[in-house]
Amino acid sequence: MKVLVTVKEVATVEDDFEISGTEIEETYLDYDLNEWDDYAVEEAVQLAEAGDDVEVVAVTIGPERSEETIRMALAKGADRAVRVWDDAIEDVELLDVETKAELLGAVVEEEDPDIVLSGVQANDDSFGATGVALAETVGFEWAAVVNALDTEKVLDEGVASVRRELEGGIEELTDVELPAVLAIQTGINEPRYASLRGIRQAQSKEIDVQSLDDLGVGADDVASSLDVTAMYEPETESDAQYLEGDAGEQAAKLADVLREKGVVGE
Amino acid sequence: MSADVLVVADHRRGDLRDVSLELLSAGRELADEAGGDLHATVISGNVESLAEELDREGVDRIHTVAHGAEFNHDVYVQALTALAGDLEPEFIVVPNSVNGLDYAPAVATRLDRPYVSDAVDLDYSEGTLEVTREMYGSKVETTVDVAEGPFAVSVRGGEWPPAEGVGDAEITAFDVDVDEDAVRSKVKGFEEVGGGDVDIGDAEFLVSIGRGIEEEENLELVEELAEVTGATLSSSRPIVDNGWLPKNRQVGQSGKQVTPTVYLAIGISGAVQHVAGMKASETIIAVNTDPNAPIFDIADYGIVGDLFDVVPALIEEFGGEPPSV
Ligand SMILES: Cc1cc2nc3c(=O)[nH]c(=O)nc-3n(C[C@H](O)[C@H](O)[C@H](O)COP(=O)(O)OP(=O)(O)OC[C@H]3O[C@@H](n4cnc5c(N)ncnc54)[C@H](O)[C@@H]3O)c2cc1C
Ligand SMILES: Nc1ncnc2c1ncn2[C@@H]1O[C@H](COP(=O)(O)O)[C@@H](O)[C@H]1O
Repeated sequence: MKVLVTVKEVATVEDDFEISGTEIEETYLDYDLNEWDDYAVEEAVQLAEAGDDVEVVAVTIGPERSEETIRMALAKGADRAVRVWDDAIEDVELLDVETKAELLGAVVEEEDPDIVLSGVQANDDSFGATGVALAETVGFEWAAVVNALDTEKVLDEGVASVRRELEGGIEELTDVELPAVLAIQTGINEPRYASLRGIRQAQSKEIDVQSLDDLGVGADDVASSLDVTAMYEPETESDAQYLEGDAGEQAAKLADVLREKGVVGE
Repeated sequence: MSADVLVVADHRRGDLRDVSLELLSAGRELADEAGGDLHATVISGNVESLAEELDREGVDRIHTVAHGAEFNHDVYVQALTALAGDLEPEFIVVPNSVNGLDYAPAVATRLDRPYVSDAVDLDYSEGTLEVTREMYGSKVETTVDVAEGPFAVSVRGGEWPPAEGVGDAEITAFDVDVDEDAVRSKVKGFEEVGGGDVDIGDAEFLVSIGRGIEEEENLELVEELAEVTGATLSSSRPIVDNGWLPKNRQVGQSGKQVTPTVYLAIGISGAVQHVAGMKASETIIAVNTDPNAPIFDIADYGIVGDLFDVVPALIEEFGGEPPSV
């Protein structure tokens, strides 16, 4: 059995930052593995540990810098990785899920996995769409916002028995035929920390870089229909009253507010 | 293509979800800008009564697709593909709900429409759709232009007012020949989770903790604060994901909705899914080191400061002894 995990390196923004054009200036960005993908990687590794002969392949679309992040997935137990990149996509708006689904779809065709695990959303652009768009592109079944997966049933019966986490503390119990893409929700498992041994081993694992040519995808197929035209800090709608001073003074003022609202004694 | 708008209602276990009426408002605006009609569809469930609820002012036509009792994304994708083929709407507008996440990207892909998710504002002029959406945990807003339709877009809940009044839409049944072989997922049931001894929905005063607390051991600090002030402890999602507090303490979209007299958010950024669960609180107070944290946008009182300084001082204000963390 083969499990493909899509992983994205995401940028987080420092508290103070500046925007230039339609981007946040590079110096204010830090990079990390997308939180949701960390859970997807863990779920994949758990499948591999529970079954015989399960291969876990991590795939990303990203520039060379992202290899550092992809190594995290390798250090946690993925067997190898594929990184899709090409000069032709450098300037493409990678917000467009159609573009991403096309590229990831080409990798799915090549790898022929039984199950693909993605994250519910990338916490930089929060599009929440790539996994399901990928499934439709390659003709797989799917489930979005999965917070439980029956590992044994995947291995023994070839069906993904999942829980989908709906709003308001309700979960939907659903069986999905394989092959399928599951968009994984946080909390489904406890992602492990990479061990020192894992980190060392990851250094020698393969990251296979695939260009558009390698994947047989034409530059026209990845042209984006979306165009980011502006980025700005939203005008604050805040009419909050700020409690100023050092921590002691702030706490004293806050205590007064709480007493005034009548929620604490005295 | 027509200049029409098709919105897709969200419902679960017999109830129309609030966002459905908000979609009608968003859809009506687009229809006015484009000079088209507003269509709505309700798929599966008790479609007749749901359609009546959807019949608000400004809705021109409602299409009911009776198939099965509950949401199934394979059925939705087939139904919407057929409807879109028939109506050729310039815009398909869906909710950015958990079910929206489960069918909208597939529908857009199958119909070969560009897709933009989680819109907080929409603007259509001269053939271009401009979608306003947030990035980086609501720290920035972006406008995304799609130059050529037909379009598909999902809309964030709570951003448009619910459509009101009683409409006179033409309600018709739309027949879809569902290919059962292509329905490869089966919904077997539902389960309520997050029960237990404490109902944070009942609390008058919630001390709510987020990822700013950093380590499980540090929870002692806010537990002590709750103790000395008589508050109930709740949290954002990552605290529950980490297993530091049980599910019944989680506030938000996938947790509980709360409306206490005072909601004290400590080290919580104010992500949209969190805010969905607490924005109706009477008084919101936020403690956060980041002056740009979106939680301050909905706060009545704000403290820009480090919780590891502010919380111990607050415990002392109420005569307690801060634990050393
Ligand atoms: C489908 C779906 C459903 C979801 N449902 C929910 C839900 O029900 N509830 C929910 O909460 N989330 C939910 N989420 C997750 C949500 O998107 C956010 O990831 C989450 O709310 C973030 O929690 P947080 O604010 O605690 O963490 P963060 O966003 O990491 O924020 C931590 C904050 O702490 C501040 N901070 C750090 N150190 C300190 C310090 N020393 N003193 C003071 N402040 C400090 C930081 O400035 C930051 O603002 C859902 C997501 C999805 C996709
Ligand atoms: N550039 C990318 N490379 C690999 N996987 C991605 C990429 N972008 C998104 N994904 C996957 O799709 C999920 C949802 O992302 P998004 O639709 O952008 O919110 C992420 O959690 C990843 O698993």
